[in-house]
Amino acid sequence: MSKEEKKVNRRDFIFTASYTVGAVGIGAVIWPMIDQMNPDKAQQALATTEVDISSIEPGKSITVLWRGKPIFIKKRTSEEIAEARAVKLDDLPDPQKDEDRVKEGKDEWLVMLGVCTHLGCVPLKDKGDFNGWFCPCHGSHYDVSGRIRKGPAPTNMEIPKFEFVDSNTIKIG
Amino acid sequence: MSEQEYTPKSKAGKWFNDRLPLLTLGAHLTDYPTPKNLNYWWTFGGILTFCLITQIVTGIVLAMHYVAHADLAFASVEHIMRDVNYGWLIRYIHSNGASMFFLAVYIHIFRSLFYGSYKSPREVIWIIGLMIYLLMMAAAFMGYVLPWGQMSFWGATVITNLFSAIPLVGDSITTWLWGAYSVDNPTLNRFFSLHYLIPFLILGLVVLHIWALHVPGNNNPVGIDIKKPSKDTVPFHPYITIKDAFALLVFMIIFAGFVFFTPNVLGHSDNYIPANPLVTPAHIVPEWYLLPFYAILRSVPDKLGGVILMFSAIFILFVLPWLDTSKVRSAVFRPIYRQFFWILVIDVLMLGYVGAMPAEGIYLVLARVGTIYYFLHFIVVMPVVGYLEKTDPIPMSISEPVLTGGTEPSLARKVNDKV
Repeated sequence: MSKEEKKVNRRDFIFTASYTVGAVGIGAVIWPMIDQMNPDKAQQALATTEVDISSIEPGKSITVLWRGKPIFIKKRTSEEIAEARAVKLDDLPDPQKDEDRVKEGKDEWLVMLGVCTHLGCVPLKDKGDFNGWFCPCHGSHYDVSGRIRKGPAPTNMEIPKFEFVDSNTIKIG
Repeated sequence: MSEQEYTPKSKAGKWFNDRLPLLTLGAHLTDYPTPKNLNYWWTFGGILTFCLITQIVTGIVLAMHYVAHADLAFASVEHIMRDVNYGWLIRYIHSNGASMFFLAVYIHIFRSLFYGSYKSPREVIWIIGLMIYLLMMAAAFMGYVLPWGQMSFWGATVITNLFSAIPLVGDSITTWLWGAYSVDNPTLNRFFSLHYLIPFLILGLVVLHIWALHVPGNNNPVGIDIKKPSKDTVPFHPYITIKDAFALLVFMIIFAGFVFFTPNVLGHSDNYIPANPLVTPAHIVPEWYLLPFYAILRSVPDKLGGVILMFSAIFILFVLPWLDTSKVRSAVFRPIYRQFFWILVIDVLMLGYVGAMPAEGIYLVLARVGTIYYFLHFIVVMPVVGYLEKTDPIPMSISEPVLTGGTEPSLARKVNDKV
């Protein structure tokens, strides 16, 4: 080995530059291959759904499909609201006030993603130890506000983005 | 290996072989010196090759009639069952073939565990084998999704949601896997594409698996190194081929028994209900061959923890050759390890059983005990027993205990001798 070869020479520079350009080139080709698997325009186009809620009786709920997932829309009775608000935050694995899960002034309407936050099953209504929902797959119990109380699910059922278009219609998404 | 240079007899053969030495390869595979004491547990390599080819052939045929679309998939499978000539037979061979494939691979893996086939110098064979096993699970899972029944849909939902446990990027990864905001048509479409791809990846790995096997040669029931070729070996053909063929026939009888008499016993009846994203079936269970891992997943009361433990249960096998400290390969000469081996077998079977049961009460307790033992076996038992165990004397050669007629080897080697 001569002294010259130990220094960075022009050949090293060319190698490094070639590898770098090559890596960028490969990355530029790989990214479209990866990104094509993300939701396409047609999927994204389904992003909002309007629902007529005028026929839901107090204490009852309906399930609608939004982006391929069920949305629970429940009109809660005043007892149910009171029950949800009486729970101490310390008793919750994922502490969240019931007030923060509904729109102000529309406290009876609970609109949430009907998907168990454990592994994505659809919980059953009016079941479980907390008068709310129960997921049959791996035994998660949710309360009347859709908050996780017992079982393997890590978080409360998700509240999607939604708004009241008028008093009888909500728009999800 | 044996390896005096092979020369084809015919002139044409020689001409071709000089340009592409396929005939040399053929001669190598025919003459390949194999330990003469291989028992029937060694026939599962051949059986697994048969399974792979069966799945590829029936799968290609099914793909001629199947439609990978959420609105049409279920109906197209029923179309295969009712309208396509022999469609019922081909589909039942394919669906039961998956189960038979796993049955054979589990026996193959446990054979390796018992006789120490994963140990030096065969670590690479073992690791390639595990990669095949992982791909098999991926292929089986995606294949189960294709009929688009209730179990397909909800199985896909639960398994893909495992990735949502990953902190920060979990949700993006699941959405990326789905190609939608839930398991939907794009998911089905890509699973079909990948389900068709994976068997050919497996085929490539099988070639590497066998190649890596042919470098050191087969392990054998006494687990000692042998000279090849010698009086301890026989040529692969016809001695091993005929034994493999006999075992394969017995295996095919069992296979045919499932296909013709109870084709749906290993499946779940809910999968004959079309997929419904609004209703989850009351009991979601994976196919039987994934149940032990499912039990491990459910034994942990934490989402991320469960997922990590489940994947660790498989990945710990990759470092097994370095966790086992024993110098003796075969459990035949390892009185203590042998007992732990059978405890592990029972443990895995028990995990499989509780995986099919509801995750509550006694089943949850058993799942936790089983999970703890599973990991203890590999992390504690294997290194410690290998270190402390007083092994039985091992024979000098395969021929010796056979030819002297006794089980007691006359020229027994001490463990501390170089194996």
